[in-house]
This record gives sequence, structure tokens and C-alpha cells, in this order.
Amino acid sequence: MSSAATTAAGGPLFAESDWSYDTVRRTYDAIEAIAIGELGLDVYPNQIEVITAEQMLDAYSSIGMPLMYDHWSFGKHFAYDEMLYRKGARGLAYEIVINSNPCISYVMEDNSMAMQALVMAHAAFGHNHFFKNNHLFRQWTDAGAILDYMQFAKSYVARCEERHGERAVERVLDAAHALMDHGVNRYQRKRRVSPKSAEKRARDRLLYEEETYSELWERTVPPDSRRERGAAERAQAPAIPEAVPLPEENILYFLEKMAPKLEPWQREILRIVRQLAQYFYPQKQTKVMNEGCATYVHYRIMNRLHEKGLISDGGIMEFLHSHSSVIFQPDFDDKRYSGINPYALGFAMMTDIERICERPTEEDRQWFPAFAGGGDTMATLKEAWANYRDESFVLQFLSPAVMRQFKLFKLQAEPDAPEYLVDAIHNERGYRKVRRALARRYDVAVGDPNIQVAETNLDGDRTLVLRHEAIGGRLLDLDDAVAVVQHVADLWGYPVALVEVDAESQRVLREHDRVAPRR
Amino acid sequence: MNIIDRRRNPQGKSLANRQRFLRRAKRQVTEAVRQATAERRIRDVADGERIVIPTDGLREPKFRHDPSTGHQEGVVPGNKSYQEGDLIPRPAKGGGGGAGREGADDGDGSDDFGFALSREEFLDIFLEDLELPDLMKQTVGRSEHTTSERAGFAVSGSPTNINLVRTMRNSLSRRIALRRPSNDELDALRLEIAELERTAPDSRRLDELRIRLGLMQRRAREIPYLDPMDIRFNRYEAVPKPITQAVMFCLMDVSGSMSEAMKDLAKRFFTLLYLFIQRRYRHVEIVFIRHTHRAEEVDEDTFFHSRETGGTVVSTALVEMRRVIAERFPVADWNIYAAQASDGDNLTADGPEVASLLAGDILPITQYFAYVEVSGGVGELLRTDSNLWRAYAPFSTSHRNFAARRVADRGDIYPVFRDLFTPEKHSV
Repeated sequence: MSSAATTAAGGPLFAESDWSYDTVRRTYDAIEAIAIGELGLDVYPNQIEVITAEQMLDAYSSIGMPLMYDHWSFGKHFAYDEMLYRKGARGLAYEIVINSNPCISYVMEDNSMAMQALVMAHAAFGHNHFFKNNHLFRQWTDAGAILDYMQFAKSYVARCEERHGERAVERVLDAAHALMDHGVNRYQRKRRVSPKSAEKRARDRLLYEEETYSELWERTVPPDSRRERGAAERAQAPAIPEAVPLPEENILYFLEKMAPKLEPWQREILRIVRQLAQYFYPQKQTKVMNEGCATYVHYRIMNRLHEKGLISDGGIMEFLHSHSSVIFQPDFDDKRYSGINPYALGFAMMTDIERICERPTEEDRQWFPAFAGGGDTMATLKEAWANYRDESFVLQFLSPAVMRQFKLFKLQAEPDAPEYLVDAIHNERGYRKVRRALARRYDVAVGDPNIQVAETNLDGDRTLVLRHEAIGGRLLDLDDAVAVVQHVADLWGYPVALVEVDAESQRVLREHDRVAPRR
Repeated sequence: MNIIDRRRNPQGKSLANRQRFLRRAKRQVTEAVRQATAERRIRDVADGERIVIPTDGLREPKFRHDPSTGHQEGVVPGNKSYQEGDLIPRPAKGGGGGAGREGADDGDGSDDFGFALSREEFLDIFLEDLELPDLMKQTVGRSEHTTSERAGFAVSGSPTNINLVRTMRNSLSRRIALRRPSNDELDALRLEIAELERTAPDSRRLDELRIRLGLMQRRAREIPYLDPMDIRFNRYEAVPKPITQAVMFCLMDVSGSMSEAMKDLAKRFFTLLYLFIQRRYRHVEIVFIRHTHRAEEVDEDTFFHSRETGGTVVSTALVEMRRVIAERFPVADWNIYAAQASDGDNLTADGPEVASLLAGDILPITQYFAYVEVSGGVGELLRTDSNLWRAYAPFSTSHRNFAARRVADRGDIYPVFRDLFTPEKHSV
């Protein structure tokens, strides 16, 4: 903080657009002084890593993780992103930030210095504060261990490929990826398993296998009797202590624990994918809040730096240019429209909270009696950042002023109706309806189909029954559903059936053909 | 706060994933490469470029809602004039309303998937499709040809490259400099000692000699005969092969009897020849000559895609080729290759003319003349020899730089080149 005072006297932190380690460091200190000292943010220690465009593409394709096991789908995404980038159809992100402790922000080498300042304010303080404080992240992710865990996952998958062949591993990963959205625990609290101990356990397991490997046994005893022995062992093995109670909506978890024919390494891979899904689950639920928080924070910090004379007018113009393109929201009838921009909505709502706290209107006092005119913006925001997710945040904080600003309106339609009905618009009668509908759109429980393992029929033909509880008559996409059910069958080892029922009446809407596992 | 520069980290982290992806998409990629070869110019064929493949088999399925079912509702921004209760016609398909639609922004939603192949990847697949033997693939695929040439000596290298003369010379001068006793000296001393032992066992001279022998033996032990520092290796440097220029003539019959499939085969043949030649020469020109009953030089597009009507007189093409050579490609400066594709039709009376042109004018100045007779299917191979085949047949045996082959399928193309690249013909 003292360093900020000394640099303030000497004019802007940087004059040129090229960055250097020295200016980055000084700017970081000045930003930190504002973020911690003035805004009172609470962050993990920061680590800033400079990378090239190619490395950024790399990180893109492996869902933002610096370490990732090998799989063709990442190659596919890389090829696609790279082509878009080369064509100039899409720019690259200025940064990627990892929810880890220390919090790692990747910044591009060709960012200008003003952009590096923006990126540090945005990622190293905005996102970082959100990761550290939001209840979902606190509850579901372990920032201190994720990198270790990914290291383990990468080497484990690599070893499996060596041992069992790329194809075999690929089949398991394909199936697991298809079920990734159904590999999270939504309600019960996650048991804490430290990744280090998970790694140790897997290593011990492998070691044991190696020690007990017998060439003679593998080659001379016919495979049939071996399998019997394996089955007998599995029957006594304490690995599956109790049956997973049904219904179970975490399909990956269920298969990992209960699928009769899986090898131990296959179960471990399912587990890895499941852990990954669980790690990303909070991010899925907090896009608006996370980006909104980071955008609001960088906006405050950059303006404050300018006020203090630490950023030149040119620097702040450059910042405003990219800031306004980040929060641009095209209208629904615009060619560029592709849904509501989470940066735009989050930023608008958070600046609106600031306005309500500091300069409330009569309307605000009616809608938000709890904090309108309270004056303490940061306390209100921090409370929101800590305790809400997108759905509840919108439901609680979306104000009429923001709905007017976005000119939000609600549409609805029955499946075969030729027209959409405008159900509510941004007026007195519509505010609450619009707000509720928008909040529902951010509810992952509504967005992801609700699918559960309903029966296993272990005493009979072992058919696994999956059950889709359809809300409002929304059925599954047929092609994809068939393909995913095939994956489930491959893992389960016996036939799998899928039934779609109406969530309220329990009436059967559609029954899919049973799918047998591929050999 | 730490700042870490990761730019030096190993690049190409995604390579493993890319290989897995290409393997997975092999069928689709091969098909796309086939198509691209048909569409591209011969000269550009090997430049890696964007290809588009269908996504079947590459989809990553998920349980997701079918947007066309069930009650839909959604909130969208930008209301300009709608009031509650208004009805908006639904757009024909997708888009617009946005109600309940999940964005498919990661490329999964589209039917086709486009990406870029590198030159190496493209060639790999192209050559594999032609069923080239592995060794050939390697040599053709390499864009730059180098030979290794001696370039002085080095202090490190592989044992096979040890230069004995140098090494021994170093060893010798070191031994002389450090005064390592030679075996001869030692032997002489031993002899003298033995002699003295016999004649004067108690002389002081004998003791002296014994001490001297001990010292010399120690010296010989401590100063090695061959020290690692003496060893010199031959050093080799990769030097680009002397490269000259070549011109490749593509001759093709474009009369009505050539079908599109035949032209496609012909194009593959020309392309492969181009790749072979390009490997040897830095600069390769291509001349396209098409003919019916008259011949003309055209550009590549016209060559492959426009149709002419008329009879078939092959000699006209040879005359045209001779003219172009005389005008633009002096034999002293250019290596001349010719590739001719035809369905074998020719005016019967033209046969002798073709033979004399080939024997008299063309073959003496060309490095290689390859003729492929393309036919639509296997059945056609069984018919009697075509007019042109009969005219060309004698040259296959009389001239080493002439080859004629029948090609009915992509896999038949490569064998034509086998002659061209068998070792004894390397006297280019």
C-alpha cells in the first residue's frame, strides 16, 4: 500500500502500451491497494502467468484447466477454436483464471499494458474474490487441491492408456463425458477426499496389482476360471460396501459404485470425470454473478486508478473501449444476439445495486427496503456475492430499473403453436413475472434434464432403468438420448431402458427401446 | 504476487489430443481430403488448409431437451413495441425467440465441423489414400530434400563416425608431448635388463635400469595410449541437394469420351507426379495441354473443368508440347517431365505419327514420359488394346524413360511411379 502512495506522486504508472515485468508489478501493487484497501476484497494469493496465443488456445480446449488428461474431444475443440481464431472470426480471451489457491490468472503476452491492468483487476481480484467467498465454491470445490488432483488425473489416465490401450480408455472417457452433467451431487454435502490421498490410494491399488501379477497365471489358466475368481473376489471385496439407494440422480456416481462389470481402473476414470464435473458445477450456476462481480470490480478499480492519476487518459479510453464491448447486449432481433450476455446483466445489476444503495428512488425503496439508501454498497454486494447463485440473485436483486434498461419481456409458446405469446413486458404488471421467468432460466435444475437411475433389477436380467422427469412436457432430444443411453449401457454391461414421465402427474410420456451394451 | 513467464513452456501441448482427434475422424477426414484434392489446383494441393467434415461420429452427445417439445418460455431483451398479449409469429426454424434454447456456441450444434489441416497431415492422408508404401510416403511427404556432407571434425559424435586418422594423430602428438614411453623403448630396456641379468647380475647399471623401467612403466600406465580427448569424429552437415528446375507437362484428352471419374483419376495421377517432381527440384513449372483433334495450352481450371467436342488426334498434343518446349523451356536449363492421361481413343491413322514424334522429338529430351490409360471400371480392362496403347506399347520396352500403365482405381496410380524411382534410374 505504501508503494501506491509513492507511485501516485510520480504520475501515471505506465505511459507506453508495451508492458514489462516492472510495470506489471507496480500496477498490480496499485490495484491491490484499491482492491484490498478501499473495496475490502478478500482474495487468495495471486499468481500471474504470461502465455502465448497458442497456449491460450490450449487452455481453451481443455476447458480452461492448465492440466488435463488427453482425449480427442479436446483436440476437436482446439482445432475448431484455432480455425476461428486464424480466420479472425473470433478473438481470444484476454485472460483465463483458475479457481485454485494460489489463484492463477493466465494473461496473453500481446495484451497492451492497459489491458494487463484491466485483466489483473478483473481476474486476479474480481474473480478471485468471488471464488474465495461464494458459498457454492466454498462448499463444493477445494481450491487448494485442484491442481494436484488434475496432475494425478492426467498421469493416471496416461498410465491406463499405456496399460489397456488408448481405445479402451477412450471408450470409458467418451461415456463418462456424455454423462458429465449427470455426475454431480446437487444436494448432499460432498465428502472431503483430499486428492493427495486419492492419488495415493490409486497408486497403492496399482502397486498391489503389479506385485500380485503372475505371468503363469495370466497365460495358463483359461480366462473363464479367472473371471470366476475375479467375480468371487469382487463379491467379497469391500469396495462396494452397500448398495447405492435408489433413485439416484448422480448417474456417474451410481455406475462407478454399482456397475457389475467395470474394472477398477474404469471406475477410477469415472470418478475423475465426476470430480471434474463437480468442480465446475458452481461455475455453471454463477456465470452472471461471477462475470458481473469481476466486471464491476475492474470497472471500479480502473476508474479509481484514473482518478488517482495512475492511468493516463489514453489508457482509460482504451479500457473503456474494451469494457463497453464486453458488456454489449444486442437486442433479440439483432443478428448478433445469442442470449443474454452474462457480463452485461451482471454488471448492470451490480451497478444498479450501487445506485440503490447510494441514490435510491421511491420505487427502489419499495422494492428493496432492506438496503435501499443504506449507503454501504460494498457490504451489500459482498453479501450477495457470498450467498447467492444466479437464479436466486436475479430473483432477489433484479430491479425494475434494470428490466427497463434491458427492455426485457417474457415470451411463451406451446410446442405446436405458430406464434409466441408476449406474456409480460417491463411494466408494473410484468416486472415480477419477467423476473421470475428469468431466474428460472438460470436454474440449472430446470435447464439440465432431471434424469435418475430408477431401478436396477439386479435379481432379474439386470436391466437398468433411467427415468426422465419431464417438466412442462419437455422431452429429451431423441438422437442424443439414444447415443447417451448406449454409453450408459456400455458402462453398465447389461441392457438399459429410458422412460420419460411427466414430473407432476407421473404419466409416462415416452418409452425408449432398451439398449444392449456394445461388445 | 508472482509473475511467471510461461511462454517458454513446451509448445504443442495439444498435439496428443489432435492426433487422437484425427484418428477418430479418420474416415471423415479422408473423404474431405479426397474432395479437396478434386477441387484444388495441383500446385496448392499440399498446402494445409481448412477442411470441413461432417460431425457424425464426432458428436459428443448429452441428455438435453428437445427445444421443439413442451411448454416453452423465455426472457429476451430489446422490446421495442410489444405489449402484453401480443402474438409474434415464430421464425421458421430455430433462432429468434430464444425460448428454452441452449446456445450451441462450442461447435456442437452445427452439422459440419470445419478446421485446418497442416501440410504434413494433409499429405499423409492424401498419400495414404493412394495406398503408397510407407517408405514412399516418407520420401514424398518431405518437402525439403537434403543430403549429409562431410564438414570437418567434431569432438563429439556417434562411435560409427570416429575418424581414426585424426584420432590417432592426436593421440600420437599427445604421447610425444607427454613423453610416454613407446613399446619399442620398453622392449629395448627389458632386453637390456635381461642381457645384464645374464652377464652382470650385480652391476649398478642393472639397478639403474630396473628403476628406469619401473618409472617408464608407471608413466606408460598413467599416460593412456588413447585418451578421450584425442578422439575426433567426422562431422556431417545436412546440405540441401543441388536443385534445378523442372517443367511438367500434363497432357490430357478432353474429348467427350472422358468422363468426370476418369478426369478425377487423371488429376490424382498428375498431382502425385507433381509431388514427386517437386521433391527433386526446387522450382517446378506445370504446363497443361489439352487436346481433341487439335491441341492448345490452357490454365488448370480450363484443363480439368471445361469440355470440348471433337475427334481425338493425340499427335496434336505432342506437337504443341514440342512447340512450348522450343519456345520457353530450353532443354539445357530444364528437366522435362511429361504425363499423359487418356482413355486410349485415337484416330487410327494418327498412330504412326504419334510414334515418330515420340521417338524422334519427345523422348530424347524428356526425363520421363508417363502415360496412364484411365478406364471407368475393371470390365474395361478386358477389352482389346486401344489405339493409343498399341501405338505406345513398343516404347515401354525400347525406352527406359517411358512408362505406360492402365489405371482403373486410385490404388493403381502409385505403381506407375515405381519405375521412376527405382534406384538404377536415379541418374537424373
